[in-house]
Amino acid sequence: MMRFDMSRATRIRAILGSLALSTALLFASGGAFAAKTSLVLGMTIEPQGLDPTAAAPVAIGQVTWQNVFEGLVAIDREGKVVPQLAKSWVISPDGLTYTFKLQEGVTFHDGETFDSAVAKFSLDRARGPDSTNGQKRFFAAIDTIETPDASTLVLKLKKPQGSLLYWLGWPASVMVGPKSAAEDKTKPVGTGPFTFVRWTKGDRVELAANPDYWNKAVKVRLQTVTFRFIPDAQAQAAALNTGGVDAIPEFAAPELMESFKDKPDLVTVIGNTELKVVAGMNNARKPFDDKRVRQALMMAIDRQTVIDGAWSGLGTAIGSHYTPNDRGYVDLTAKLPYDVDKAKALLAEAGYPEGVAFTIKTPQMAYAPRSAEVMQAMLAEIGVTMTIEPTEFPAKWVQDVLKAADYDMTIVAHAEPMDIDIYARDPYYFNYKNPAFSAIIDKVEATTDPAEQDALYQDAQTILAEDVPALFLFVMPKLGVWNAKLKGLWENEPIPSNVLSEVYWEE
Amino acid sequence: MTGLILQRILSLVLTLLAVSAVIFLVMDVLPGDPAAIMLGTSATPETLEALRRELGLDQPLVLRYLAWLGGVATGDLGTSYTYGVPVAGLIAERLAVTLPLAVFAILLSVGIALPLGVVSAARRNGPVDYAAGLLSQMFIAVPGFWVGLLLVLVFSVSLGWVPSGGFPGWQAGLAPALGALVLPAIALALPQAGVLTRVTRSAVIEVMNEDFVRTARAKGLPRRQAQWRHAVPNALVPVVTILGLQFTFLIAGAVLVENVFNLPGLGRLALQALSQRDIIVMQDVVLFFAALVIVMNFVVDLSYLALDPRLRTRA
Amino acid sequence: MSGVPPPSAPRRVRPVATALRQGLSRGPLWIGGLLIGFIGAVALLSLVWTPLPPGKLQIVQKLKPPLAQGLLGTDHLGRDVASMLMVGAWNSLSIAVLAVAMGAFAGTLLGVAAAARRGWFEAIAMRANDVIFAVPPILSAMMLGALLGTGRFTAIIAISVFMVPVFARVTASAARQVWSRDYVQAARGAGKGGIRITIDHVLPNIANQIIVQATIQLGLAILTEAGLSFLGLGMAPPAPTWGRMLADAQTYLGRAPWLAILPGLAIALTVLGFNMLGDGLRDLLDPRERSR
Repeated sequence: MMRFDMSRATRIRAILGSLALSTALLFASGGAFAAKTSLVLGMTIEPQGLDPTAAAPVAIGQVTWQNVFEGLVAIDREGKVVPQLAKSWVISPDGLTYTFKLQEGVTFHDGETFDSAVAKFSLDRARGPDSTNGQKRFFAAIDTIETPDASTLVLKLKKPQGSLLYWLGWPASVMVGPKSAAEDKTKPVGTGPFTFVRWTKGDRVELAANPDYWNKAVKVRLQTVTFRFIPDAQAQAAALNTGGVDAIPEFAAPELMESFKDKPDLVTVIGNTELKVVAGMNNARKPFDDKRVRQALMMAIDRQTVIDGAWSGLGTAIGSHYTPNDRGYVDLTAKLPYDVDKAKALLAEAGYPEGVAFTIKTPQMAYAPRSAEVMQAMLAEIGVTMTIEPTEFPAKWVQDVLKAADYDMTIVAHAEPMDIDIYARDPYYFNYKNPAFSAIIDKVEATTDPAEQDALYQDAQTILAEDVPALFLFVMPKLGVWNAKLKGLWENEPIPSNVLSEVYWEE
Repeated sequence: MTGLILQRILSLVLTLLAVSAVIFLVMDVLPGDPAAIMLGTSATPETLEALRRELGLDQPLVLRYLAWLGGVATGDLGTSYTYGVPVAGLIAERLAVTLPLAVFAILLSVGIALPLGVVSAARRNGPVDYAAGLLSQMFIAVPGFWVGLLLVLVFSVSLGWVPSGGFPGWQAGLAPALGALVLPAIALALPQAGVLTRVTRSAVIEVMNEDFVRTARAKGLPRRQAQWRHAVPNALVPVVTILGLQFTFLIAGAVLVENVFNLPGLGRLALQALSQRDIIVMQDVVLFFAALVIVMNFVVDLSYLALDPRLRTRA
Repeated sequence: MSGVPPPSAPRRVRPVATALRQGLSRGPLWIGGLLIGFIGAVALLSLVWTPLPPGKLQIVQKLKPPLAQGLLGTDHLGRDVASMLMVGAWNSLSIAVLAVAMGAFAGTLLGVAAAARRGWFEAIAMRANDVIFAVPPILSAMMLGALLGTGRFTAIIAISVFMVPVFARVTASAARQVWSRDYVQAARGAGKGGIRITIDHVLPNIANQIIVQATIQLGLAILTEAGLSFLGLGMAPPAPTWGRMLADAQTYLGRAPWLAILPGLAIALTVLGFNMLGDGLRDLLDPRERSR
């Protein structure tokens, strides 16, 4: 019964949405009074399911996060934590008790009321024994959850967790309704400014504005939103040129960006993502167990040449596992600069005057084989023979590299924001063990003072830039291409997303 | 005859069973854990366990195979790991692209091959025949996906007449949807047209040499009429047969061509399911293709039996 | 794929026309032979010499059109296209030849054994063929690629697996015909064993058909290998293959069309060469087929 009602409600909303669209078009044709209220947004990868709390692919959050689903807190376009369904919070001095004051009068798209019991349900679902949340570790520190009243939520932690608040802003931590959670994978129901209308698999997801959106401070100006999935860059470019899509926030092929330069009705906006392209090394394996070898390899590589060859010169070189988006970022690319002679000398000093030979396991995504081919040529200059072994991503890569750590070197873009702590994880595929580094990461979690955390993150970056457990290459650019009249899309991507609540068409 | 057909049907079912077992085994031993792929790089071991339980991957191999087979027999193809929706619906959605594409391509290839083959046969060993022969040789030799690339190069990149790929969906209307299939269908049709031209040519020549045509000709039926009234209808039988047998290649071509043109068809679904280790989808799609091929071969065999009684003993 | 012969049974015979027709009918053999000879020679040459090392990157020289940089231009990493095509020829041909050889060997073995043994062995062998035949080669290759990891070896296995039923069917039906001949039945009656008969009578009689079929299947193998590489299931980079060159060219269609044209041309000419050679060989070696 319930399901029938829901689908009818969605259908009515869809009709309302399209009515709104047609009236808007009517106005638009009658004169330039009203701006367009529909948006077609192109994405390269189709999400696998639409529940960001049930599977890890970032595409899920890029469709639903902040549009359909919201969290207790959110991450804004600067990467900062801002209140959302929790309007305020207090953290106890020992960092063990978080008391959230929740928004009142919030309902899910199916009419279910959001309150502290629902928030407790969402968190318990994410951390419980049957949880299939890809970021279950976020909630590991939570000991108990209390709901003294409908608008108060209290989290008691086992140990301080400095990143908890930030993590609660992630797509994996959004609030879901107890009645609708099981169906969220195919019919997402959240509290956000847009409701789910339809998913034509392999092609598009359609959303419509939520007329009952609780947050009156946000003026949502789009009425309908269509996410279209276009895996091929050529087709993306064609769709942009013909107006088939209005915006592609993450265009797939840097080599085609130039072709938009002479199109007056399109703008190109190049920002930063959180995608750190790094060539991880198995630090437990010879010769990578010797820091000097890793440093020599790093110095044999001119990052700019890699960026030129692999990504048409777009992208920012990095000296550590950290991006310019991230708080406390320091540019450490000069720490081990490109210097062939020094690289050779270091390699000889480490006992390999004849050079070394190893294999790089390379996923099939365009950036990986291209970067590997450029690196291969540069490493040959210092007598290093690197053999490229294509490794199917994700299946084989996850099994061989991530889980079994059976590899010499690999190259992959790490997508998770602020994940410098992966170098302190044990086990993790780098097999990098540095107690000093791990201690810093522990300290970050032990404090809740942002300034102190920033300073600690700087120390962490510096250690990595010196130790190079992985060759730090570049941050992928966020290649935005969209209609010149479209405003409000994010320029950078401190967290993978397409937040549409502030997007509008200029009149 | 009926006994023979029953025997054929039995062998068809046995073949399908064997195919299903092989597919299931291969998919099972593939490296890569579907749960680990879905949960990403930060998943904890207990989350992986929970997801495996949810997907039924913790069951023993034989049970999973029987469950799958039982489901398929009753029309339940299972639920996609990644999309979370019934696979039957997924396949139906994709089939709405691949099937029209294949039919379009077959029509095109017959439309090219039939006139070319008949003219070739009529002007046998003349310059037209050799030209047509060379043309069909070239059609056979070019990879369909390359033809696709060249068509995109000419008609979208240079001339800008059509989008270089993608599919607007049938809800966008018949014209835009068919329009999106034109270039892919041509790319898929050309190699088939090459093969069919040669078959048509030799079939027409063969029929023209048969006694009943010779008799008709001797009685004064003009050559052209004899050709169109007798030779072409009879030559259609081998043409249709070859079409049936070429089906495998049409499918193979479709996987590649869908990739060039970004069509959300079955081939792309298979590629995607394989890379995401959406094993249940992959099993169903491969079994579906296999069943199509087997049934197609069965129909071809049947038509042979019906047409040529001599073959009944050979079977 | 191109298993249909161009029948040419002359009726009205005139001397000049006959000579012309013979010349023309030998045409495919010559053209095919020349094409394959040339591409084979280029492939062999690439083992000892290419204009530039095919893996050498010159990023500043990227996407230069033919003649502007090297004979055939450069790709998106500034590599010499001519050198890559040459090495690609070797990679394509060696994979195709090995795959067909393996497929022909296994298939023929299965085919002649089925013809010699008949009964349940034949039934099982032919059923196994049906099973392999039922899965479109590109799908089985995708699964094999996922199973074994991509590379030269996987490509060879994936293609040869699909060749087995082709050869098994052709040889089984040809071998059955040989078995039904009177002198073979006589030999059988005289107590000659199945293996002996297969070696003495069957194989020599079907050898020509195997050769013709192998030549035609080589063309198909080239096409399949190109398709696999195009999907990223072929040999590992940086080893250049025609299929991957095409895949790489896709995003540069507008800026560097030659990158999309040249490798496809190489594939088409090679397949054309093998098909014509196969047709010519059939006319030469297999007159029964011709007179059908």
